[in-house]
Amino acid sequence: MADAHNLEIFRGLVKFKSNTQKIWGVLILLTIVTAVEVVLGIYKPGILMGNVLGMSILNWIFIILTIVKAYYITWDFMHMRDETAAFRRMAIWTGVFLISYLIFILLQEGDYIGDVFANGFVKQDF
Amino acid sequence: MSTTVVKTGTEGKTWGGGNEPLKASYGKMMMWFFIVSDALTFSGFLAAYGFSRFKFSQSWPIADDVFTHVPFLHGQELPMIYVAFMTFILIMSSVTMVLAVDAGHHMNKAKVTLYMFLTVIGGVIFLSSQAWEWSTFIKGDYGAVGTHGGNIIHFVDTDGNRVALKDFATAEASARERHESKKGIWFTSETSLPSFTFNEVVKGFEANPNLLVQTTYSDENGKKIILSRSKSLNELKTKGKNVVEGANLIQNEYGPPLFADFFFFITGFHGFHVSIGVMLNIIVFFNVIVGTYERRGSYEMVEKVGLYWHFVDLVWVFVFTFFYLV
Repeated sequence: MADAHNLEIFRGLVKFKSNTQKIWGVLILLTIVTAVEVVLGIYKPGILMGNVLGMSILNWIFIILTIVKAYYITWDFMHMRDETAAFRRMAIWTGVFLISYLIFILLQEGDYIGDVFANGFVKQDF
Repeated sequence: MSTTVVKTGTEGKTWGGGNEPLKASYGKMMMWFFIVSDALTFSGFLAAYGFSRFKFSQSWPIADDVFTHVPFLHGQELPMIYVAFMTFILIMSSVTMVLAVDAGHHMNKAKVTLYMFLTVIGGVIFLSSQAWEWSTFIKGDYGAVGTHGGNIIHFVDTDGNRVALKDFATAEASARERHESKKGIWFTSETSLPSFTFNEVVKGFEANPNLLVQTTYSDENGKKIILSRSKSLNELKTKGKNVVEGANLIQNEYGPPLFADFFFFITGFHGFHVSIGVMLNIIVFFNVIVGTYERRGSYEMVEKVGLYWHFVDLVWVFVFTFFYLV
């Protein structure tokens, strides 16, 4: 078991000598990503406020960075990198498919109701 | 050969049984399937939160205006710093957990004990931080006025800085007393009254010409709209209804009631998971100390509990993004 770890991240760009070293490496990566998020969240640079696909660019950056963090937590801390491909797909694809579907449906609906509130004949500010 | 056991003669073949095609033990696989289903529960909550945000996209509060406090640093506006600290604590305790699992693979009892202990400590620090975060959120900051339509009105000075109700409301003699069940009709009571009445706030607002109203609606740049002085007076007098201080499930001073509801519900559900995780970690910690896994010859239980603990961290990463960043 102890030798079965896959010690590469970034598709082999970074190779670690031992599993312990890989753990610290991933911690550094996660810390950097979180720090970037916090700095962007505090300063909110105006250049990133443009609207792309219904959300500001900044929000898209946050969401992508979150998925990056989630990937490394699952793959390295939860050892998904070391499981068989079938096991990995069973857990990840099921979740990813169902969650994307749910999010798409609910956000679509919420946006529509928001439009009705804004443009329809619903008075809520009184 | 035993007469009761029928052998198929296919042992060792692919469908003969006894194979582990996924090379994972039963317990570990079940922990993963539980995690997948729990992830769906959490995404149900977060998607519902997203639904409400898109529905009330104009009046949703800006997280940077809500979560600005850091313990021991009173009166300073430091958005995000404390939550970032909490995130780091949780990631750190994830790391010590992974190190414990790794030490377990090497059957190193002393190291597993140490790392499990650190993991528990990390979990406890996170939980206390969350308790502090909740109490700050419930207590509120500046106070606000609620409108008939259920919206929230904030007060700012001419520079756009928030002004607390207690800094301008004119105190008046008031005969209104909190109704408790022991004082009158025994089957009804009410929660504590706000420190000021609505009339006191209006009087104080009229007496301070440099105060303006900040509505709950955002302009196209994502900033809350501030009204002119005359419009502010009109807004407060025609729409204002009551004073709101802090947050509860019915009303909160930050924005739509759903904002506080989701905050309590999602961070509460996550905090519940963390406390279960801390409990499991403590059990495993003592099992390690008394040598249960040493005798069993495998520290796989540490790995299984570790999976759950990482999952809790994973959920927090998403909660952090959707409550505090986006």
